[in-house]
Amino acid sequence: MIIKTKFFNEIEYDESSILDFIDGIPGFNELKKYALINPEDGLDFRYLQSVDNQNVCFIVIPPALIVGNYDIEISDAAEKKLEITKPEDAELYVILTIPEDIRLMTANLKAPVIINTKNKKAIQEILEDDTYSLRERVLKESDVSC
Amino acid sequence: MLVLTRKSNESILIGDDIEIIIVETGDDKVKIGINAPKSLKIFRKELLEQVEEENIKSAAPGRIDIDAIKDIIKK
Repeated sequence: MIIKTKFFNEIEYDESSILDFIDGIPGFNELKKYALINPEDGLDFRYLQSVDNQNVCFIVIPPALIVGNYDIEISDAAEKKLEITKPEDAELYVILTIPEDIRLMTANLKAPVIINTKNKKAIQEILEDDTYSLRERVLKESDVSC
Repeated sequence: MLVLTRKSNESILIGDDIEIIIVETGDDKVKIGINAPKSLKIFRKELLEQVEEENIKSAAPGRIDIDAIKDIIKK
């Protein structure tokens, strides 16, 4: 199918790979269908592009790129919603916020996107504990000041 | 919205599976205990609002310098 995207105009995308965010994404609750686009092989980040609103597109990365040990527990509520039967079926991404000065970009580790790769259902899960930050700097202070 | 007045140690039942207990009251805060099935998410409301706000910011940028972002992520 053809999708209108924010950063690539129109692209061809495999309809069976479309993700179904059953509750939408907080702030965009009406938008349920998203395409996870891989911009280039070998790059870790992805575009999470809304199929229904061309202007809504998130840049996401695997949390392992930010924290070595992103050891979170997927809540019972999430497991049920996504019908996850095996932990290996879950794929996690975190959403990046990119300000004017992109060296200050942050990752939302507190509310990861969880995808059930088997059925393509997805949610953004808000973690209940305080271990991880809503705005974790991607670049450490020392990297920014050069 | 249903509004009830409770004192410490009093409870409210919602449906068959949820209980809200007033654990302790203070001057400007109240400690609330919640018994509910694990399948229900429970969190402070402002957390959802913060996540919404952050998502809206994340979806906002007009143009993205992809190469610069690639460089940063590679680090």
